[in-house]
Amino acid sequence: MTQAHQDTQQAGATIDVRYVANLARLNLTDAEVATFQAQLSQIVAYVNEIRALDVEGVEPTAHAAPVRNVFRDDVVVPGLEREQAIANAPEHSADLFKVPTIVE
Amino acid sequence: MNGSGMGKYLTTIGLEVHVQLKTQSKMFCGCSTDFGAPPNTHVCPVCLGYPGALPVMNRDAIRLTVISGLMLGCRINPYSKFDRKNYFYPDMPKNYQITQYDLPLCLGGGVEIEVGGRAKTIGITRIHLEEDVAKNLHYATWSGVDFNRAGVPLMEIVSEPDLESPEEASAYLLALRQILTYAGVSDCNLEEGNMRCDANCSLRLPGRTALGTKVEIKNINTVKGVHGALAYEEIRQARALDAGQTIIQETRRWDADQENTSSMRTKEDAHDYRYFPEPDLMPVALPAEQVAAWKAALPELPKARRERFVAQYGLPEYDAQVLAAERAVADYFEAALRVIPRAPKAVSNWVMTDVLRVLSERTIDIGRFPIAAEALAELIDLAETKVINSNTARDVFALMLDGGGRAGDIVKARGLAQVSDTAAIEKVVDQAIAENAKSAEDYRNGKAVALKFLVGQVMRLSKGKANPQMATEMLVARLGKG
Amino acid sequence: MSGLHTLGVHEVLERLNRRECSSEDVVRDLLGAIGRIDGTIDGYLSVGAEDALAQARAADDARRQGATGRLLGVPIAVKDVLNVKGQPCGCASRILQGYVSPYDATAVARLRAEGAVFLGRTNMDEFAMGSSTENSAFKVTRNPWNRDCVPGGSSGGSAAVVAADEAIAALGSDTGGSVRQPASFCGCVGLKPSYGRISRYGLTAFASSLDQIGPMTKSVRDAALLLQVMAGHDPHDSSCLPDPVPDYAASLVPDLKGIRLGLPREYFVGGSDPEVERAIRAAIEVCRGLGAQIVDVSLPHTPYAIATYYVIATAEASANLARFDGVRYGTRATGAEDPIDLYKRTREQGFGAEVKRRIILGTYVLSSGYHDAYYLRAQKVRTLIRRDFEQAFRACDAIVAPVAPTPAYPIGEKGGDPLQMYLGDIFTVPVNLAGICGMSVPCGLTTRQLPVGLQILGPALGEGNVLRVGHAYEQAGGWNKRRPPL
Repeated sequence: MTQAHQDTQQAGATIDVRYVANLARLNLTDAEVATFQAQLSQIVAYVNEIRALDVEGVEPTAHAAPVRNVFRDDVVVPGLEREQAIANAPEHSADLFKVPTIVE
Repeated sequence: MNGSGMGKYLTTIGLEVHVQLKTQSKMFCGCSTDFGAPPNTHVCPVCLGYPGALPVMNRDAIRLTVISGLMLGCRINPYSKFDRKNYFYPDMPKNYQITQYDLPLCLGGGVEIEVGGRAKTIGITRIHLEEDVAKNLHYATWSGVDFNRAGVPLMEIVSEPDLESPEEASAYLLALRQILTYAGVSDCNLEEGNMRCDANCSLRLPGRTALGTKVEIKNINTVKGVHGALAYEEIRQARALDAGQTIIQETRRWDADQENTSSMRTKEDAHDYRYFPEPDLMPVALPAEQVAAWKAALPELPKARRERFVAQYGLPEYDAQVLAAERAVADYFEAALRVIPRAPKAVSNWVMTDVLRVLSERTIDIGRFPIAAEALAELIDLAETKVINSNTARDVFALMLDGGGRAGDIVKARGLAQVSDTAAIEKVVDQAIAENAKSAEDYRNGKAVALKFLVGQVMRLSKGKANPQMATEMLVARLGKG
Repeated sequence: MSGLHTLGVHEVLERLNRRECSSEDVVRDLLGAIGRIDGTIDGYLSVGAEDALAQARAADDARRQGATGRLLGVPIAVKDVLNVKGQPCGCASRILQGYVSPYDATAVARLRAEGAVFLGRTNMDEFAMGSSTENSAFKVTRNPWNRDCVPGGSSGGSAAVVAADEAIAALGSDTGGSVRQPASFCGCVGLKPSYGRISRYGLTAFASSLDQIGPMTKSVRDAALLLQVMAGHDPHDSSCLPDPVPDYAASLVPDLKGIRLGLPREYFVGGSDPEVERAIRAAIEVCRGLGAQIVDVSLPHTPYAIATYYVIATAEASANLARFDGVRYGTRATGAEDPIDLYKRTREQGFGAEVKRRIILGTYVLSSGYHDAYYLRAQKVRTLIRRDFEQAFRACDAIVAPVAPTPAYPIGEKGGDPLQMYLGDIFTVPVNLAGICGMSVPCGLTTRQLPVGLQILGPALGEGNVLRVGHAYEQAGGWNKRRPPL
């Protein structure tokens, strides 16, 4: 966690756009960082109003309806043909999806 | 006692074991989980993370996880749910993994191990269910991704940090594997990758209660590797501490060839997984009756099977231990025994000596053993009923191993039935005595070993087919008269 | 045959069943209209004429052989967010260029099974993020009533083509108002069913706990029919409700005797354009005349709805859009040195500004140190909003309200101020947060001839009463017969 990010935690005022964009694997130009910093700070200040509400004892809504135990049977169902699946890939070999070299 | 040999530090180890469940289809879609298929042939919009795709839970994966929990003495959570673990990597079709964060299916439990004659229970913290990631393959200038494995149901078993040495760690892994194969939930084959292990290791000085800095070790793919990686880490950390260095909290990669661990480049600069409840899946609240029904129908635990082999079949403890070590071998033994129930010790001997020997020689598991249990039973029966003698039986065994076929057919085709006809044996016995007068004389003079030689001659002259017990009796009778 | 393009679903079906025209005739007429009009509306991203004609001819053959699909031969336009097998599914984004759907969304498959013909993919805000369709990566759609104004969003393309008679009906999606608000701005009908009523399988996800597919039509009766065909349990979607689907057509009674309509006092505090409020009040009087009883209800947590929505929706979206990384489909940036570099470049190039903003905000509210203060807390406030509606629906059968505080505004007016854009969602987001159903029906025109929509809300699985109120009002009010001056 960057220092700026930690400070924001205390201040609750600004969001460290560069840090968060990196978590989301988004490159941003300096211009974008500046614009978003201003816009998102304003938006975060707005959404901060929910922190003023008393939510003591209130359960979070994880799901809209109280549905439980939705399962499917363990049966094999045909999926996509390899050609179909590979066809959509921007880069592929005959049978694999290609990415730049991964260094473990 | 730690294995660093220095005895100065106390070792604390925890293991996270990932087990692929033996379902037909994947965790959240109907694609096949069959191992070894050509790359990207078991895929669909769901496990490829296509726009608009949605996960649907595999009922059997839930059942197998609960059964594993019950076999390991866990409490089954009456309310359990799934969460998204967010991070980016090429083996992640959605760049989030559906897993369980704060409400896993099973909590608590333990595994009994025995190291150095000492029994100990290793605690289990939790068992949860998640989806496996795809497979990355590495080439010179690029990497490739095979999504066949993406979405296979994966059970994660987290141990308490109760392990205190590499020996205990490998014992724990073996005990866990034994129980899970007994449960029938997984093949637990580390080579096929359906059981994977990450270890955490820290050292501290005796007297300190606070644990030292934890180092995570990944890429452990064999049971030997568990021991090797942890033994290496113990020494590495001990040396560092002795030199006054601080241990860095990091993830290290075990290299089985180099036999060392090295620092890994982290997948995420910040390990912020941003867990939140999976909105596409509904919570799991299993009715108590369902869990009770599964509990009542649990497969036998290894220990119970060992004890039953002794009690039910009158086998010695040693035999029971060897036969029950692997469920598949125990199953094989009992399948053979069903054909000839009156001969448990004979079947036990054959399985322990001959069958296990071949498995070891050929480094295969019993699943690939060429002789079916029923076929072996037939062979043993022929020997027990003295249709063939023990040497012939071994010959037939070898023939069946390499050429297949039924014992009875082979014996008939090659005329291998032992000769138990008194007159025929008498002829050969007389011939052996006649041709080996010196040995006969030696025997009469008290040299017991000469008898063995003469029996050997009888066998040779009869092309191995004489009933050796009868031959021995006749020789003794003949020579005694002399 | 001309004029077919001005018809709705039921009228087209009548003509087809009486053999007065063929499906091919209808498609050709639509293509003609599209050719004349869409150059100034830009509602469609792609039309797919040859494919649509082939489907239409197949439907005509089937009809001749006695087939009886409930939508046999009826052309429907589809928002670019839905997977239709063999069609590109771009979500109006660069990052999905090149992706062709290998499967039908369940809702699409059900329409197809009843013989529907799929004609064209409509423009939208990129990944459904926006309220004006100005965030499309490709083009801005113009409001048929005033080409200088936005059609609303994110289903602006679908609303515009229905309103301009460039389509017989269309599908949209609604996460925070994206079916109802453009329907209101363009003067057509737009229905957001209860959460889980229609399967989300094949709907590119924006916010998983809020998204629903919704019909956009020229009449309430048409919306009811499309809902009927699409609704119901789907084994491919775990969040899809198992409840049986009632006969929605049976709800379409022309009066409102015995119906209690709730007016939420928090929605009428003077924050709306006076002409909007005037049109709503006039509509309420019409409903009273039809026999409805008007009651006062309260939704006290209304002021927190937008904040709650933008925390939850962006959080879920940040995870749902993580899959767009250039590996398995869509576009990919060049020159990347490692996979993480690939993701960063691909997403930087492929996503527009609003999408980036929301991903960043969503990532932030989930991140370590902020999760409890924002995401968890928002889910609790959501519970309070849900309870507000449950409480209100004890006193009434349906709630009536504005759809948006203003009519359509000029293109570019809210450009640099995202928060201003968000504040316009005040009457629509609570419906998604609560998981209830809501519909917009045309109820007036401002002095500048811009449409105003009346929003009718019902409890979860309460579509019956919502459709009844909408239909009765529509028949009496007559606003759905009005067409833009083209």
